[in-house]
Amino acid sequence: MFGLTKKDATLLVIVAILAIFAPFILNPFPEGSAMAQFNAGYPDLMQRLVIFGIFAIGFNILFGLTGYLSFGHAAFLGVGSYAAIWMMKLLTMNVIPAIIISVAVAGLFSLLVGWISLRRSGIYFSILTLAFAQMSYSLAYSVLTPITGGETGLQPKVDDPRVLDALLGGDSRRANLFGLEMGSTYELAVGGWIFTFNAGYYIAAIVMLAAFYLSIRIFRSPFGMMLRAVKSNQQRLNYTGLNSKPYTLAAFVISGMYAGLAGGLLVAMDTQVGAERMFWTASGEVVLMTILGGAGTLIGPVLGAGFIKYMENIVSKINKTVLEQWFAFMPDGMEDFFITIIYPFVGKGWHLTLGLMFMMVVIFLPGGLVEGGQKIGRIFRRKDRNSSDAELDAAKQRNTPPAE
Amino acid sequence: MDAIILQILNGLDKGSAYALIALGLTLIFGTLGVVNFAHGALFMIGAFCAVTLSRILTLSHTVIDETQKDFLGNPLKVDVPYIYDIFGQQTGDAIIDWAVPISILFAIPVMVGIGFAMERGLIKHFYKRPHADQILVTFGLAIVLQEIIKYFYGANPIPTPAPDAFRGSFDFGAMLGFDPNTIIYPYWRLVYFAFSAVIIGAVFAFLQFTTFGMVVRAGMADRETVGLLGINIDKRFTIMFGIAAAVAGLAGVMYAPINSPNYHMGMDFLVLSFVVVVVGGMGSLSGAVLAGFLLGILESFASMAVVLEILPGINQIIIYLVAIIILLTRPRGLMGRKGVMEE
Repeated sequence: MFGLTKKDATLLVIVAILAIFAPFILNPFPEGSAMAQFNAGYPDLMQRLVIFGIFAIGFNILFGLTGYLSFGHAAFLGVGSYAAIWMMKLLTMNVIPAIIISVAVAGLFSLLVGWISLRRSGIYFSILTLAFAQMSYSLAYSVLTPITGGETGLQPKVDDPRVLDALLGGDSRRANLFGLEMGSTYELAVGGWIFTFNAGYYIAAIVMLAAFYLSIRIFRSPFGMMLRAVKSNQQRLNYTGLNSKPYTLAAFVISGMYAGLAGGLLVAMDTQVGAERMFWTASGEVVLMTILGGAGTLIGPVLGAGFIKYMENIVSKINKTVLEQWFAFMPDGMEDFFITIIYPFVGKGWHLTLGLMFMMVVIFLPGGLVEGGQKIGRIFRRKDRNSSDAELDAAKQRNTPPAE
Repeated sequence: MDAIILQILNGLDKGSAYALIALGLTLIFGTLGVVNFAHGALFMIGAFCAVTLSRILTLSHTVIDETQKDFLGNPLKVDVPYIYDIFGQQTGDAIIDWAVPISILFAIPVMVGIGFAMERGLIKHFYKRPHADQILVTFGLAIVLQEIIKYFYGANPIPTPAPDAFRGSFDFGAMLGFDPNTIIYPYWRLVYFAFSAVIIGAVFAFLQFTTFGMVVRAGMADRETVGLLGINIDKRFTIMFGIAAAVAGLAGVMYAPINSPNYHMGMDFLVLSFVVVVVGGMGSLSGAVLAGFLLGILESFASMAVVLEILPGINQIIIYLVAIIILLTRPRGLMGRKGVMEE
């Protein structure tokens, strides 16, 4: 299907099903129940889940395949966001031009940064991208205030020109797709549950599926193979007389364009930008997402992005009162004890949980959550457990009857 | 002329902080070959050592003071620090006033302990893994340390004043023979600069003139050979990690009066000090110190009004700009050795 192998097609279909039914899947608890705060099925969060999924998929094309660790990808997200908001201010509130221009501008910017940064590798590359990103952040924050809005950021105003809107006769003041507003939502009440279907989410989800499909194609292409070769041994590659720079640069630009796409979509959803979107910790976040999920795997970055955004929005809401409710059934002393132990890790301290989990993953599970899942899967598989990949191949051959 | 001297002086305190952090970073890199993204967190912990000690010193208990009465005639309740009970009021006040310098004594064992624990508990397992993994795991550690500090001390900056004797500023220009009131300089910044000069000197002297330092330098040059001579180089490198942590911590302790400690100060300094290390040359101690002061002073020149008029915003990006230019033209840095991390 779509030029994919059966396994990849299955993966794509699973992701598509998860994305389409996300409003159901993320809302497992009835409204008003004690667990309702774990529901993630509201438009704002669902949009963020898929948009940062796109960001992480793009980052993974660079880091997962080539091993080049960029600490400056938030700059491309930010540049894309600024480009998109300017399209909205100047041309139209329709999101199509905004998203197209954000990808293009981020692509050009990443071409410049990549062309310079890729002259160095290893830690020097990381520092160079970090320096570029911090520079863009500082500039967006101070000097470029006429373009970026500086501290206050940018958002569409009533008296913006919006040339195309007048021409087309559309007068919507909200972000829309040919009249379909991003914010328009249909609520379905079934029993105690309320499921929200949001236009913006589904548009972002479709874009994410397209981005995911493209990343599978890149992973399976000869180009992707070349990037893997860069990761495994660049020196050897160079000795074969092959110049790896065009390949790494292409990967850098592609991942920059993914970041720009994510930035454009973010603007399409909430129509505002601030410079803090480009701060280097934001670049660190996408690194966390990719590693946590599993760098170099197809689905890993999406999982990681979903996981972190879910924690950021849900776990951070668990405060002391909520904990007291949970442990109310215990005797007083025990209740206090459990609350004291758990409290530092939730609510405002959720970053601590994130940092610890991230360290655990880097130390014990270099393949991320995906590898963790595979390990668990292997335990439950009946035959030839405790075998490595090479042994698995052998096992497969052993267990398949010889062809006649 | 006086304007130039003023800018150089203004750059010294930031430059000292950059130099001290970069010195520790490059010490760790040169000995263990580890890229430590948690080094900024060590700087921050140092600053919070000062906060902790001043809190401990001002711990107080409530007593009923019969000599003072409120308007109803009842005796007032007053908080008396425990330290008054031990040393008496006058000495107690003096000790509280000198909390920041005293924290140095308290910070050294704490920082060395943290350094040992970090190296033995975590970093040891990452020698053979790629630099990307080292960056990632120490980045995670930095987040964790930062969050722990945030949990105990809150998210707001905590003012930690210098001793009374060093508060305020003085007319440095008049002392040098310039017109009065042209170069006004805070005392504590001078103290900070002098302190960092002493630390840097001590580290260099330690490496240069002691047998231990000689072995470490030999180990930096060729670890395997030194190991083959029957010297336990790993143990010495662990000690060097502790020293590097202590240097970062002391830089933080003394920086507390200049800028109130907050939980993200480590991350703010970390990025800049990496840039400093790269400019100075990865693994070069003198390069790190030189580049630290150079960039600190350059930054303060870039924030002069005259310069800002021509190139607005240059003060924000000058360091990164310099780093990018240096990395592209002289990848080894100002004083880097050949072959360190070159690919």
